[in-house]
Amino acid sequence: MDTTGLTPLLALLVPVLGAAGVVLLRRHPPARELCGILAGIAQLGLVATMVPAVRDGGTVSVTLSTFLPEVSIALRADALGIVLAGTAAVLWVLTTVYAMGYFGTAPDPAVTRFHFYLCLTMAATIGVAFSANLITLFLFYEVMTVITYPLVTLTGTPEAIRGGRRYLAYQLGSAIAFLLPAIVLTYIEAGTFDFVPGGIFGPDASGVLLVIVYVFFLLGIAKAALMPVHSWLPAAMVAPVPVSALLHAVAVVNVGVFCVMRVVLDVYGSDLTGDLGLGVLTLVLTSATILVASLYALRLDNLKGILAYSTIGQLSYMMLGVALLSPAGRTGAILHLVGHSFSKITLFFAVGSIYLATHRALASELRGIGRQLPWTMTAFAIGALSIIGLPPTVGFVAKYFLFVGAVEAGQWAVLVVLSVSTLLSAAYYLRILRSALFDAPVAAHTGSTGATAGLLRPPTVTERGALVVAPMLVTAAVTLLLGVAPGWLLDLIRVVSE
Amino acid sequence: MNEIAAVEQVGFPLLSTLVFLPAATMVVLGFVRSARALRRVALGGAVAVLGLSLLLVIEFQTDAAEFQFAEQVPWVPAIGLSYHLAVDGVSVLFVPLTALLVVVVLLASWTSVRHQPKAYLMAVLAFETAAIGVFTSVDLILFFVFWELMLIPTYVLIKVWGSGSQRGRAALRYVLAMLLGSAALLVGFVLLGVSYRSAPESGGELSFDLLALMDSTRPGGNQTAVFFLLAFAFALKAPLFPFHSWLPATLLEGPIGMAVFLAGLKMGVFGFLRFVLPLTPDAFAAYNWLIAGLGVVAVLYGALIALVQLDLRRLLAFASISHVGLAMLGLSSLNAQGLQGALFLIVSLGLVSTGMLLVAGFIHQRVGTADLAALGGLARRTPALATFALIAALGAVALPGTSGFPGEFLILLGAFQAHGWLATIAVTTVILAAAYVLVFFERAFHGRVRSATVEAAVDLRPREAVTAGVLSVAILILGLFPAALLNYSSASIEDLVGRLDVATVATVATED
Repeated sequence: MDTTGLTPLLALLVPVLGAAGVVLLRRHPPARELCGILAGIAQLGLVATMVPAVRDGGTVSVTLSTFLPEVSIALRADALGIVLAGTAAVLWVLTTVYAMGYFGTAPDPAVTRFHFYLCLTMAATIGVAFSANLITLFLFYEVMTVITYPLVTLTGTPEAIRGGRRYLAYQLGSAIAFLLPAIVLTYIEAGTFDFVPGGIFGPDASGVLLVIVYVFFLLGIAKAALMPVHSWLPAAMVAPVPVSALLHAVAVVNVGVFCVMRVVLDVYGSDLTGDLGLGVLTLVLTSATILVASLYALRLDNLKGILAYSTIGQLSYMMLGVALLSPAGRTGAILHLVGHSFSKITLFFAVGSIYLATHRALASELRGIGRQLPWTMTAFAIGALSIIGLPPTVGFVAKYFLFVGAVEAGQWAVLVVLSVSTLLSAAYYLRILRSALFDAPVAAHTGSTGATAGLLRPPTVTERGALVVAPMLVTAAVTLLLGVAPGWLLDLIRVVSE
Repeated sequence: MNEIAAVEQVGFPLLSTLVFLPAATMVVLGFVRSARALRRVALGGAVAVLGLSLLLVIEFQTDAAEFQFAEQVPWVPAIGLSYHLAVDGVSVLFVPLTALLVVVVLLASWTSVRHQPKAYLMAVLAFETAAIGVFTSVDLILFFVFWELMLIPTYVLIKVWGSGSQRGRAALRYVLAMLLGSAALLVGFVLLGVSYRSAPESGGELSFDLLALMDSTRPGGNQTAVFFLLAFAFALKAPLFPFHSWLPATLLEGPIGMAVFLAGLKMGVFGFLRFVLPLTPDAFAAYNWLIAGLGVVAVLYGALIALVQLDLRRLLAFASISHVGLAMLGLSSLNAQGLQGALFLIVSLGLVSTGMLLVAGFIHQRVGTADLAALGGLARRTPALATFALIAALGAVALPGTSGFPGEFLILLGAFQAHGWLATIAVTTVILAAAYVLVFFERAFHGRVRSATVEAAVDLRPREAVTAGVLSVAILILGLFPAALLNYSSASIEDLVGRLDVATVATVATED
């Protein structure tokens, strides 16, 4: 049932209030973080109250302002938006807790900045998730770019500034050069900006133009990191782990994939996407991205770099699922959006935990670390299994649906791509796991500076406190839980996919 | 074209009050001695004008295409001259914008002008009278008088209070360029007035009345001549490429206050909307390709040159040239979106350019230069200034949510429909704008502090902060609620597009 209600707006405003609270309480650290946590919980609650309304295919909408005579800045929550918003809210709370452990709770201005912009990023995420039309979407999409820039450059080092510049250049450049023209041309062809399930183009729209516009959309939505507009993501890995975790496993990249889903489902519609051959085009592009990203990840040794390229590949899984244009494909895509977020953030949390405990950031340095950091590496293992797609994790369920979708669509080549990429992911994740779990630990601080280390007792490597470990275990547990009992989530996803 | 009289709407000649209140304040200033009192009286007058201009905005009937608040007194009936003021949807918003910019300029230069403050304040107020006269005159010759009157305070402001060593030359160059344009403008206006006599509606009389001229039939050959004369004058004022060379020098040498007026009030583009489009619609439609072409070249040229500037004021001058090109591209699309977009863009630029110029001024006052080589790390010392600069910069980048976006978006929408590929080129301006503005912001405000003057810089003082706050809020509100502004212009723009439509149809018919 379609209703009007202020709940979507409240869900957008709560994180803004959270941001204000963070600034007001900047000199009282635990309260500062509590602001973010409470805002996250409130946001999650608001999102949850809308689930009954959207479960039967309904929406909750609210118009904020008239932008142009027939175009509004308007919010409209539907099942797809709820899935994105709910995922982001849960992981926001957990990231805030994790950040307390990672950064500590000193009244450091950089940490205040982190929590402040994190809150605003969540507001932008909600804005994108609940956008009722392309203009509103573009507004929040661009706002998100600008307010995540200070997060990428949080440390202020020259390296961070360089990475941030690349991030901003790619995001703003692609959005202006391709996304904005795509939106304008969509309006000229369709006469509306509104999202309508099944598409908005009339039967007499020019096919060639629609193909061009579609390519513009894919290139313009750089947040989805489809090659060749992916290289901002590895560059942005200069940020501290909590930032990378939330932005590059959850908020920014999910928003990118979400926008592509909106374009396919609610601007073009599955039928038109198929008729114009855009489904196949997307399959080719995403397949190429998946394979190239996996091969690239194999060559890397830097843990965050591996995760970045792994993310690029996994995002393309989601877009590939939608482009299969079959119900199971869509279900797999949306479930993967949720599952990948929990799995990948688990991996990021674990990498951060390793870095805190040992100051190591390379895969080759992890020999035997499983015995020193048992909780961290347990979580890492669960996350990695999910990304590879092994049961009993959510990654397996999502991949199962993607395989079924490929069979439904008769895309046999996709099956090959999915299989090969599974093997490649297994290769780079299992290599790390084997070395971490089964090799003998290296002595702490060996190497060029370790000449005298043998004389001293090596400092013991231990887990860095409950605030770091607990969020990681929660996300790992959800990864397993969704792998075993995905039913309730699938009910919500099927509203969109079938 | 019909009009609604001021007496019916507010009961008194509101527009005349707005035009002459600054002049009256000038006279009062003549009797004041202390510098403190001078500033207060001038600000009081400017604030009163701003308040009255808000009354204009409130009482304006947004659903009517007619000219409103009209007042007409015969002046030289023998040659069809009258003192005739009125505003429509195209011009009404420029009155509060002018009033706001004058208040902003007075506040921003509150303590920085020490040399002959009385003369400075009088010049600013004289400019305000002339500028509001320009925006509200609907008699061609009356318009011309105000247009010329602006030159005097402009010249004096640049020559006496300019910040550069070449300010004398810059002032002279500006005046000579404008006089050249004025000559063309006057010839064009006289041609219009004289040719009115042969129109069937005129009864053999001369007329320089915009409303009467809009309703009369105008022969095509005459239109072409008038079009080129007027277009030249307004292109020079705008300035539209290739008539732009006076702007960088003037912005660099003149005082910030004058720069705000020159870059913030896009009178050239206004002139096109006010006179060229309604009075020479056939010629405009016929030479539309020329305007669109020059617009696109200006967009690219201005943006590319802005990209390599190290001085913020020079950068803003070329950014302004680029933006004018975009507005002209909007006009040349001849549809409602393009015209609305152009109008919105120039109103928005009034706020955004002013914001950026104030940033340049604030930096200049603190560091002694706005050159990138000496800047860096300002955000650490002056967080409030950095925040203000960021909001203005995002407006210049046309980020959604700021006032820069709706105008550019509408122009792209209109231009895509009218020109297709030209619009694709114009899109690049937005990217280049993002590049030059954000690169400047980053280099000036982030990074290491490189000079002792930056180290010692103080943040915005309360008066400056209020000025910056008002502009920031306006930039954000217009960005989030653009319909509020578009409502004012939509009726008049629809009417104008109707005239252009008729013209286009007629042109096509004669060609067949």
